[in-house]
Amino acid sequence: MNTITDQRHIMLRVEKKQVESREFATLFFNYALPFKPGQFIMAWIPGIDEKPYTISYYSKDRFAITIEAKGVFSQKAITLDKGDLVGIRGPFGNGFDIKSNGVVAVVAGGCGMAPLATLVEKLNKNATFIHGAKSKEYILYPDRFDLERLFCTDDGSFGHKGFVTELLENEIASGRRFDMVYTCGPEIMMYNVFNICEKHHIPCQVSLERYMRCGFGVCGACVCGKQVVCKDGPVFGSEALRDIKDFNTKALLKSGKDVDLAQYFSWRCK
Amino acid sequence: MAIQFLGKTLKNPMVLASGILGNSKDILERIHENGCGLVTMKSIGPEPRDGHKNPTVIDLGHGMINAVGLPSPGYLNMENEWRDLEKRDFPLIASVYGGSVKEYQMVAEFVSSKNPDFIEINISCPNSEKHGMIFGINPQSSHDVVSAVKKVINVPLIVKLTPQAPDIGDIARTCEDAGADAICAINTVGPGMVIDIEARTPVLAFKKGGLSGPMIKPVAVRCVFDIYKAVDIPIIGLGGITTGEDAIEIMMAGASLVGIGSAVRYRGIDVFQAVADEMEAWLSDHHCSHEDITGAAHKEG
Repeated sequence: MNTITDQRHIMLRVEKKQVESREFATLFFNYALPFKPGQFIMAWIPGIDEKPYTISYYSKDRFAITIEAKGVFSQKAITLDKGDLVGIRGPFGNGFDIKSNGVVAVVAGGCGMAPLATLVEKLNKNATFIHGAKSKEYILYPDRFDLERLFCTDDGSFGHKGFVTELLENEIASGRRFDMVYTCGPEIMMYNVFNICEKHHIPCQVSLERYMRCGFGVCGACVCGKQVVCKDGPVFGSEALRDIKDFNTKALLKSGKDVDLAQYFSWRCK
Repeated sequence: MAIQFLGKTLKNPMVLASGILGNSKDILERIHENGCGLVTMKSIGPEPRDGHKNPTVIDLGHGMINAVGLPSPGYLNMENEWRDLEKRDFPLIASVYGGSVKEYQMVAEFVSSKNPDFIEINISCPNSEKHGMIFGINPQSSHDVVSAVKKVINVPLIVKLTPQAPDIGDIARTCEDAGADAICAINTVGPGMVIDIEARTPVLAFKKGGLSGPMIKPVAVRCVFDIYKAVDIPIIGLGGITTGEDAIEIMMAGASLVGIGSAVRYRGIDVFQAVADEMEAWLSDHHCSHEDITGAAHKEG
């Protein structure tokens, strides 16, 4: 059974704002949140909206969310600064199942870097870390981690010109034997990463995104196949993924209408 | 534990409340497999509707408050769902709402052609200005909606009532007279409001919302008690039911079946089997059956 008292809404003040790469900013809060990498919170700006955000920085008495300015809510969120109020509910979701020993790969695409950041900080130095973005200025946290990263960009402005999936294939081809691959990024990218893993019999964990309301598995807004993304996920392992026929195919609009992903993401990015 | 309800055999008396977890076959099937005898779809409306902005659902610790605002793809935009649901092997209630008697009738007639086992009309949602509750608080408008819908559907009709009705027994009797085959009670209580004192503003984007979960159970038990006294048709009792003992209690008030909604938040999707098992254990300890306890609290002295 859930403990419910730790998931009630609380109002916090932004303690610090940190400008990240292009179109990204991070808001820090001084609050001891029980948390595990991959979990998320619902962030509320009074009068605007409430949206799910992954925890992107975490320590015992402090956490942060990283915002990419792309919609009405995030354009507002990115203007917040020290002292501004944000309502927080959570953390929600299952989080990553972290393998502390073994050889793992982390594959991040675009803002999919944010939920993987606190995971990366828990991994040993053997981990392979692949990070892709549109172009150099969109690479999130370029200087943050101790772990060496293999970069790629769509336009070749930084690292390999091409996709994270190519880098992952190269690593596997060169003889790296992964015990687990963690990934977050555009759904098509995660789907391709998952298929590479399937081909090579590597277990994979994917963090899915869907429109959310309650955050705790009741309202049904984020249902994907027979999975409830906010409660059963957002992280799904290979076994569940094989069974989710909506993975990389369908998602629900705010009305509950099921549409293909292109239509879903064109609405989400408005 | 199988139970008869309006001519159908259900594997147990557990019902998924409308508005929980949506409309797709995959998730409804999972709920059935996890111990729910009868599942209810999210209310289907006449037009596509997004519902309200977030925050729409807030946990209060002792229950929750929501103003999701009746989002619906609209009854004409659910071909994928209907296609999948036609191949189901579980009993299904399709819930419908409208903004006028005519809209209720139009949506219900169409939905009836998709072969749900039952149709429920939601005349009790507090989260929209022009839909739902406005019909369910008045005996005449309740009668009008029920009799209009009853004429155009070919499956049994369940009417979902609001505890905001001044006399819920009276409304239930009116619905029975108009042709309802069963009553489902209660929808959420209120509407209520939660204000954040730091932000000095209501938390829900719609400002007010319906209360659900453990805090409303006494209201649900009282409403079912009043309805049982007023009608002869069966009652689906719900409102804050979280444990087997809660289920027994609302059955004693008069329910034949027991709905669960918010408890999915507290005990997960497995709550249906868990409550069914707890109920069964209680009945077995007390050497009685479901039939023995429905309305048991009404027996004199």
